[in-house]
Amino acid sequence: MHTGGEIMVKCLEAEGVDILFGYPGAAICPFYDALYDSPIRHVLVRSEQNAAHMASGYARASGRPGVCVATSGPGATNLITGIATAYMDSIPMVAITGQVNLEQLGRDVFQEADVTGACESFTKHSYLVKSPEELPRVFKEAFHIAATGRPGPVLIDVPEDVQEALVETFHYPETADIPGYKPKTAGHPLQMKRALEAIAQAKRPVICCGGGVVLSGARREMAAFAEKSGIPVVSTMMGIGVMPMDSPVYLGMIGKFGRSYANRAIGEADLILLCGARVGDRAIALPNQIAEQAKIIHIDIDPAEIGKNMRVDVPIVGDVKQVLAVLGEKVEPVHCKEWVERVQQYKREFVPRGADREDYVEPRSFIRALSSLMEEDAILTADPGQGQIWSALNFTQKEGRFLTSGGLGTMGYALPAALGAKLAQPNRQVVAVCGDGAFQMSLCELATVVASHAPLKVVVFDNRRLGMVREYQNSRYARRHIGTHMDGNPDFVTLCRAYGIQAARARNNREAEQLAREMLASSRPYVLVCRVDPETPSV
Amino acid sequence: MKYTLSVLVENQPGVLSKVVSLFARRGYNIDSLAVGTTEDPTMSRMTIVGQGDDHILEQVEKQLNKVIPVIKVRSLGPEAVSGELLLVKVACEAQSLGRINEIAALMKAEVADVSKATVTLQYAGEHEKCEALLDLLRPLGIREIARTGVIALERG
Repeated sequence: MHTGGEIMVKCLEAEGVDILFGYPGAAICPFYDALYDSPIRHVLVRSEQNAAHMASGYARASGRPGVCVATSGPGATNLITGIATAYMDSIPMVAITGQVNLEQLGRDVFQEADVTGACESFTKHSYLVKSPEELPRVFKEAFHIAATGRPGPVLIDVPEDVQEALVETFHYPETADIPGYKPKTAGHPLQMKRALEAIAQAKRPVICCGGGVVLSGARREMAAFAEKSGIPVVSTMMGIGVMPMDSPVYLGMIGKFGRSYANRAIGEADLILLCGARVGDRAIALPNQIAEQAKIIHIDIDPAEIGKNMRVDVPIVGDVKQVLAVLGEKVEPVHCKEWVERVQQYKREFVPRGADREDYVEPRSFIRALSSLMEEDAILTADPGQGQIWSALNFTQKEGRFLTSGGLGTMGYALPAALGAKLAQPNRQVVAVCGDGAFQMSLCELATVVASHAPLKVVVFDNRRLGMVREYQNSRYARRHIGTHMDGNPDFVTLCRAYGIQAARARNNREAEQLAREMLASSRPYVLVCRVDPETPSV
Repeated sequence: MKYTLSVLVENQPGVLSKVVSLFARRGYNIDSLAVGTTEDPTMSRMTIVGQGDDHILEQVEKQLNKVIPVIKVRSLGPEAVSGELLLVKVACEAQSLGRINEIAALMKAEVADVSKATVTLQYAGEHEKCEALLDLLRPLGIREIARTGVIALERG
């Protein structure tokens, strides 16, 4: 005999889950009790939202679905921002929540919240489990759905009495059979042929990589395709790191906060090969204008993304990795030498902004310095706001990963996501970059960093402002700053030390670089607080 | 442009809410929606009538296909077999009873209920014919209407 809770744990073990991020409460206690006897590591977070962010960071670093757990009611609703963050960035995740007893469902009892209903529009799928016999099928399907096709979060809501109910036997299904879910991974041969024809005729082609290229693990295929065809590559924020960042064919990030030369390449192209990019407004502000000047080939595993925001000439539904492998074999070098020279010239003409300062830490030149000190395959996470842009534009690790909340733009993502990534890949260097605003949204997780013995590194850019909103107030609201001055900030260094975490403050770039060396050399967690000029622009 | 979608879904709790919330979230409107079981008890068919241009229709179809319990989405043209069931309660006085009977006979509507002051007609037919029946009855004083919304199947 097994309880439903034991079945849930067995399902996770059968899926090869080695770690989960969670926060218990009464309604999820039968599951936690079963976890007591399991080798699965439980990381106790300090707020449920961060459990989802940690699962997200874990998933992105490991390539396997991250798992987070919360109790019913407020536990579940606290998870929601984390789930929505993962949904917008297509991160594979399984979120498990406890629910009140089945017979009490709908009576507004203590800690009851309709979480499957609340999450309807930002989960890939969700389940409210009504009997323990369903659990193995539900878990098998949930992991399958989360990780395949266009990945995303799947929610499993399990009432407490279902977790307590007894089942005779446990059998975990080998496969999931879902009649309405058969993602297409191989591209249509005819469309691929049309794409190759269009590429052969192009004079000014550009490849634009999105997060989908990272998710499908198509790094090698992309590099091979770009090299063979000779087509220059730009990326969206989510696509950063898909090419070796120092590759000569890689131009940089496009978009509102992107590199001007990358945007010029997109604006002047006569053919754009969109790969796993959803043409978000921050990446391409005027998609129809671009589509008027250029032929658009769009490869995406999600058919709904093709044609959603931009008119497309050649749609290819399929896994970017598989499609690029086929295209890469057949593509011929494109005759576009002049064009490549032109965009390279744009890049050469560009002078990186931000030089070392004596009175403040110049964040852009500091990220470049930090980058040069970090290991080749280091992971950098960044919180939305100015720090995200400073990092996205100036972090140039050869084999590095850049993890950020690109779609939802969730502040407080960087620290928990970095911890999740570090726990997934303990041997990789992981640094979180937070602003003082975002840092305070998740600094309770410093306790989780300490408890999990993860030598995480955190850079806090402290300008005592909500920098990006303030910048917006400068440009749009005649510098009428309201709600963007962070009065009452604590002394972060003292605060970190109270957690037992080594911390230091840098007043200028010279100090910051010196301390960054110390930070990266340390085998323990380390927080480096950098004093930043509030007038520093994002780009 | 008016479109009709026939959507085959798994017959399980929560499917309707997933479909409806998709329409709400993406800002697609629904003129009518009818749900019922099919020849296979594990599946239901939804017939959704909405408005939108080709781009919206394409997006609606694609987004519906992403809903996991949605098995098949088909856009139906005007040649499809379609109809809806209508119940209409009309005010009835001695002098109007004959007129109601005439209209019912003309349209082949059935009298489903009669009371002192009202007559309820039941009618099944194409959407436009339902509208025509209502137009004829309106001058007599319509009290209440209940409609199932259009259901439709492909021909052949």
